[in-house]
Amino acid sequence: MTYSNARSTQSNTTLSQYDTRVFNLEGVKVFYNGFLALQDVYMEIPDKQIIAFIGPSGCGKSTLLRCFNRMNDLIPGAKVEGKLNYRGRNIHDSNINSVKLRRQVGMVFQRPNPFPKSIYENITFGPRSNGYKGNLDELVETSLKRAAIWNEVKDKLKSKGTALSGGQQQRLCIARAIAMKPDVLLMDEPCSALDPISTRQVEELCLELKEQYTIIMVTHNMQQASRVADQTAFFNTETDKNGKRYGRLVEFSPTKQIFEAPKTPEAAEYISGRFG
Amino acid sequence: MQGTYQDDFNQTFRESLEKNASEDIREKLITTALFCCALISVFTTFGIVFIIFQVTFEFFQEVSLAQFFLDTKWTPLFAERHFGVWPLICGTFLTTLVAMSVAIPLGLSSAIYLSEYAPPKVATILRPAVELLAGIPTVVYGYFALLFVTPFLRSFLPLEIFNALSAGIMMGIMITPTVGSISLDAIKAVPRSLREGAYALGITKLESIFKVVLPAALSGITASIILGISRAVGETMTVVIAAGQQPRLTVNLMESVGTMTAYMAQISGGDSPRGSLNFKTLYAVGAVLFIITLLLNIVSYWISRRFKEKYD
Amino acid sequence: MTTYKQNEFQNTNTEFTDNIEKRETLGKVFEYIFLLGLLIGLFVLALLVFDISKDGLARFVTPGFLTETPSRFPEEGGIRPAIIGSLLLGIIVILTAVPIGVGAALYLEEYAPKAWWTSVIEINISNLAGVPSIVYGLLGLGVFNYLLGFGPSLISGALTLSLLSLPVIIVTAREAIRSVPDSLRNASYGLGVTKWQTIRSHVLPYAIPGILTGVIISVSRAIGDAACLLVVGAVSFLTFDPGLFQRFMALPIQVFSYITRPEPGFGNAAAATIITLILLILALNGIAIYIRQRFTLN
Repeated sequence: MTYSNARSTQSNTTLSQYDTRVFNLEGVKVFYNGFLALQDVYMEIPDKQIIAFIGPSGCGKSTLLRCFNRMNDLIPGAKVEGKLNYRGRNIHDSNINSVKLRRQVGMVFQRPNPFPKSIYENITFGPRSNGYKGNLDELVETSLKRAAIWNEVKDKLKSKGTALSGGQQQRLCIARAIAMKPDVLLMDEPCSALDPISTRQVEELCLELKEQYTIIMVTHNMQQASRVADQTAFFNTETDKNGKRYGRLVEFSPTKQIFEAPKTPEAAEYISGRFG
Repeated sequence: MQGTYQDDFNQTFRESLEKNASEDIREKLITTALFCCALISVFTTFGIVFIIFQVTFEFFQEVSLAQFFLDTKWTPLFAERHFGVWPLICGTFLTTLVAMSVAIPLGLSSAIYLSEYAPPKVATILRPAVELLAGIPTVVYGYFALLFVTPFLRSFLPLEIFNALSAGIMMGIMITPTVGSISLDAIKAVPRSLREGAYALGITKLESIFKVVLPAALSGITASIILGISRAVGETMTVVIAAGQQPRLTVNLMESVGTMTAYMAQISGGDSPRGSLNFKTLYAVGAVLFIITLLLNIVSYWISRRFKEKYD
Repeated sequence: MTTYKQNEFQNTNTEFTDNIEKRETLGKVFEYIFLLGLLIGLFVLALLVFDISKDGLARFVTPGFLTETPSRFPEEGGIRPAIIGSLLLGIIVILTAVPIGVGAALYLEEYAPKAWWTSVIEINISNLAGVPSIVYGLLGLGVFNYLLGFGPSLISGALTLSLLSLPVIIVTAREAIRSVPDSLRNASYGLGVTKWQTIRSHVLPYAIPGILTGVIISVSRAIGDAACLLVVGAVSFLTFDPGLFQRFMALPIQVFSYITRPEPGFGNAAAATIITLILLILALNGIAIYIRQRFTLN
């Protein structure tokens, strides 16, 4: 009834098209201060697609997202168990360096968080700290262009990143993340703090970016998932016998399928809006 | 008859709504009394400025501004009297410099360690322990400087018994909590989202501290440093006891120096009669001291105001 | 289906240098450096306590140290006038600075309108908090010694210390009063209670723990302060118990006076006096913390 369903609902057709798996999760669980927050997750994330995580609040989708780049390491009391493989390597192995992991698996946060430095410095910060050997000016221009914000800021690269509007700040954060030339982009509700027009711009941006990056996006907006995602994972909350809530993965299917003919009744209920 | 009853009732009702005269007077009296309490602060400032500058004005009737600011010796008590204030300022400057060289590294290290590395339980014990240093009476620091630090340092340095180094070091320890505490608050105020944004780009903790957190907390840290400098400049007992009372223009830390505050203490404890010129030097030096600390405090206040606006 | 068997992550870009280990080692080094900085301060504190105990405990426990008047010989006599002086100073500071300080704080938080002169008062207070103690001494000399004619007596010293303590008391009291929730005030006003009654019965009791914290800090500092007392005219040798309008002595001044004498034995006497001073401050803190606890429980 629980995790076995999730595994079996992942469609095979997607995998046969792309022979690469970026992430492979086997029994991944997360605990906060000893309390279970997310129950065993089994999933495979394919390459160069947009994967959406949807579900009600508290269902663990952001928690799982933060596992992919080991940002949960920064939260005291957080513990991740199970096997999480990135391109065949278990990222919790003791020889794996989390700093190196984050160079390849970048993240954009819910509320835009540009540094209080100039736009130029925001973009170059990550590459410079990591010893980038190429031309910084070119890198800045390329990243800002790819994030569809170059024309708006090209004349004010020295002005503060925090002086931009909300939507521009978020696109700046996206540009900052892709300046690191990552393999995967994790996005934690990237549009929830933005107005509808900026949201639309970011969504279109994601559709362009997926040609180069695998994108995993957490969203509480189902319509957004249906607009941009190739596959969608639906998470839900459950209560254990002590009354504590935890999250679990319920269904993981191609977006079209999950919205038109979901395999699990829980997903069907959520999609049709009866709760969440 | 019903009419009068109704009238009486209404009258009583109206009266109960009307203001009670005696209660009113009492409230007004209390408001005035509290206002006077608040005014005392204004009178204090006014008093300080008036008294200091009145006597300073008298002082400058006898000693010219040129003598005060251009002469390089301060010897009002010797036979050959000089009134150049720079040796005193130099003494204050030297001891303050030593103090800040101790307080800034120790204070910032403590702040960084407590906010970024220490586990919360450890931090709750260690932070008040460091703050204790600020609560120790300054005479104790003077005692320690003269009777412990100086003998200890003399075993391998050519130190005079009274010197700027020991006094400066102990002043620095005393000021460490000032720098540390305000810097700690400034560092803690840096939003977590900023740190997370930095980590997500693949940098180490140390790099996030030096490249993101400290620059973001810079105004608060600077304000704390300037406040520390102000305290060092105004500190009296430590330097009176351990730094000596020989004002001279020097950069040699091993020698005894005379700070503005030490001179003022010396004159107060001496026998100079009230109207004498020597006595007036007390006020003239006090005026310089007051102006310097006032400027430092204003700058610190202004800088910390800017830092509070950033994270509104 | 191909899987990647790598020892490393697939390094899709060779444009970054591979020096992460070096950066992380540097990070570890700095972590220890920061810890060292923190510990040095604590180490000095411990050293201080140890050194003073070593030098002063023996003299402190000699009978009569706390009860006799000083003698010319450091091993004889005691510091009673200084103790009485500090106690009296402390009491007077509490009796004067606390009501005035709390009154000023109440005015600024509860009554003052947003006018220009309110800002003037506030700026004044924050400036005064940074004025050195010795400058307060000059003020005290002018106002209390000469203008009011008290001369270099205990009352002059006490009032000067009061002025010194006011800014900190006012600032902390304001924060304590500000933290009283408005809902409490509104409930009281809603019952038709006057402003002062509301303050007296609801706001003040709620704010007392916070106010007491400021009082503790201020008064501790005042008791340990010697600079302004030097200017106001404290003496370094007193053979009688000081009264309000007489020449006076205080513990920090006594320490200073012992330290400045080079003969052996005075160092121990100084250390013993320091122990007395610290104990007095600790006792004061203890009492205040106890009172604060009682008020918080209620």
